[in-house]
Amino acid sequence: MAEAIKVPTMAEFMAQGKSPEVLFWVGCAGSFDDRAKKITKAFVKLLAKAGVEFAVLGTEESCTGDPAKRAGNEFLFQMQAVTNIEVLNGYEVKKIVTACPHCFNTIANEYPGLGGNYEVLHHTQFLKSLINEGRLTVEGGKYKGKRITFHDPCYLARANRIYEAPRDLLAKLEVELVEMKRCKTKGFCCGAGGAQMFKEPEPGNKDVNIERTEQALETKPEIIAAGCPFCNTMMTDGVKNKEKESEIEVLDIAEMIAAADDL
Amino acid sequence: MEYLPNILFILALAAGIGFFVVNCRKLIRNIKLGRDEDRSDNKPQRFKNMAKIALGQYKMVRRPVSGIIHVLVYLGFVIINIEVLEIIIDGIFGTHRIFSFLGGFYDFLIAVFEVFALLVLVGVIIFWIRRNVLHIKRFLNKELKGWPKLDANLILYFEVVLMLLFLTMNAADLSLQLRGAEHYAQASGIVGAFPVSQFIAPIFENMDTASVIMIERAAWWIHILGILVFLNYLYYSKHLHILLAFPNTYFARLKPQGELDNLEAVTNEVKLMMDPDADPYAMPEEGAADEVPAKFGASEATDLSWAQLLNAYTCTECGRCTSECPAHQTGKKLSPRRIMMATRDRIEDIGKNIDANKGEFKEDGKQLLDDYITREELWACTTCNACVEACPVGINPLSIIMDMRQYLVMEQSAAPSDLNNAMTNIENNAAPWPFNQMDRANWINEI
Repeated sequence: MAEAIKVPTMAEFMAQGKSPEVLFWVGCAGSFDDRAKKITKAFVKLLAKAGVEFAVLGTEESCTGDPAKRAGNEFLFQMQAVTNIEVLNGYEVKKIVTACPHCFNTIANEYPGLGGNYEVLHHTQFLKSLINEGRLTVEGGKYKGKRITFHDPCYLARANRIYEAPRDLLAKLEVELVEMKRCKTKGFCCGAGGAQMFKEPEPGNKDVNIERTEQALETKPEIIAAGCPFCNTMMTDGVKNKEKESEIEVLDIAEMIAAADDL
Repeated sequence: MEYLPNILFILALAAGIGFFVVNCRKLIRNIKLGRDEDRSDNKPQRFKNMAKIALGQYKMVRRPVSGIIHVLVYLGFVIINIEVLEIIIDGIFGTHRIFSFLGGFYDFLIAVFEVFALLVLVGVIIFWIRRNVLHIKRFLNKELKGWPKLDANLILYFEVVLMLLFLTMNAADLSLQLRGAEHYAQASGIVGAFPVSQFIAPIFENMDTASVIMIERAAWWIHILGILVFLNYLYYSKHLHILLAFPNTYFARLKPQGELDNLEAVTNEVKLMMDPDADPYAMPEEGAADEVPAKFGASEATDLSWAQLLNAYTCTECGRCTSECPAHQTGKKLSPRRIMMATRDRIEDIGKNIDANKGEFKEDGKQLLDDYITREELWACTTCNACVEACPVGINPLSIIMDMRQYLVMEQSAAPSDLNNAMTNIENNAAPWPFNQMDRANWINEI
């Protein structure tokens, strides 16, 4: 890139008396996890390329409370939610985009009851709208004709019935999409949901992510596409476990679109 | 003595229906032991869901083999029950085929009943083979050992016997009509069309009329008594779904599956904590709802809502939830079906306890948590909603798991230690990992 991309914060926007088109909610994984940060950066590059005036909360963002709520800690969840809502409402945020289906689900479904009403989009939905509006063009590039399977995040597909947007983006990339038997609203969990990401699994005969990776491998993909930083981690671990990491990549759709354009 | 059969029939009918009403009232009382929850919103959508999912069996056919056979058995059950109405009227007044004045339409009806009786018979036999011969994994889980397996087979045997009796009754009736037997033969000729039982009727050809009447009467009586017994068997069986699927789909949650309700009691507390002007010693406002519930989450069946208890009674143990559950598929102890069965067993035990102790529950040293549902099962759930999606009658096992987790965490601080660490991190540095909040935006400089 010739010039560095500027990622302004809401505070900076406010200081200039302006408000951005959309707030990018980065999420904890997107902020701290090395693998997920790549997704964050890819998405930001796409936003910049499309000329979207966006902002992040930066250090004012904090965990949505999803893992706490799913672990059963409603107190901690609502403390987080109310804190976040105060910040968001303080900045008069109207529209939020996030690359994390867990953040998406929590802000879209559980914040309204606590006073936080926003239009919330998953990044695949937002990217699709940018393409539809002609602000972003996508060409297959290096992914054209590649055999790809898409792992539906539970909190996107089943929980919120969003499974077309990521597929539409893959179609724009001109990939050969091969579906797993369990896809869309019948998708199989990667094993990270419900705060499982942060604990050891209960005794069993297999880890959930291994089972899901095996299902993905059955489609003989060159790339496993994902739309959630946690699914991404789980599937990446699964592919490593199967010693396939030299042949099969696990990529977020935003990363693929950015890479197709050499961003 | 002439009216003895009529009187006996009326007594049997009254006993059958009376006992059923008693059981229904017990069922409703048990469901109402659950806490209150408002499911009265958006009635049009609720009716639509009931029509689509219960009446229309729309989720059943997602698995085509069991789904289509189930539709046949369900249709047969509903349609053949129209004939029961005639049987009841005939029983009370001692008439023979009272609806036969409908003429050609009556012939059509009887023909349809017969065809469906045959289809039900075939369907039920396939179901029996699926359960007992083929190794279908979801029918082999350990939670089905013992009574649940016997219950499932008993239902199938019941249906086989009822259908055979129905066809035998018709065949004997046809044979009697053909030979012009008194009471059976009608001036208008043969009433009813018998596309299936006409092939059974020849068996009776060489029997004397008295014997055939005996067979017809026996089949008629055992058939209707069998239906009354079956009706009363429902309460003790997973078969209750044939009734409860309707209210259960009507009252099912309408929100997106991913949305978990926010606990109102917690909201009030949190608002109090966050509001700098709040007076923590202030008296609650006049008429304000009781702020703090006795307990957060659920450790007992009666901590669950009535809708969740209705879910438990509606479950017919088909196991579609369990067969889609990622935790179960990878060998964990969790089975969403068992969560529903355990909940139903517990609320049943509580109901029986109340009955045995003159209307009051006597402490029995047990509770839903640990004695019926283990912590290991609760913590294995990924909250992926596959079980909720799979259920053909709108049951939500996940909501029970979540309520019980809430009890474990908020009342007992009994989360797995890893989760406690993650939650401590969220409290201290606003992320589930131990990173410094001030480093949250560091990625910006790495682009």
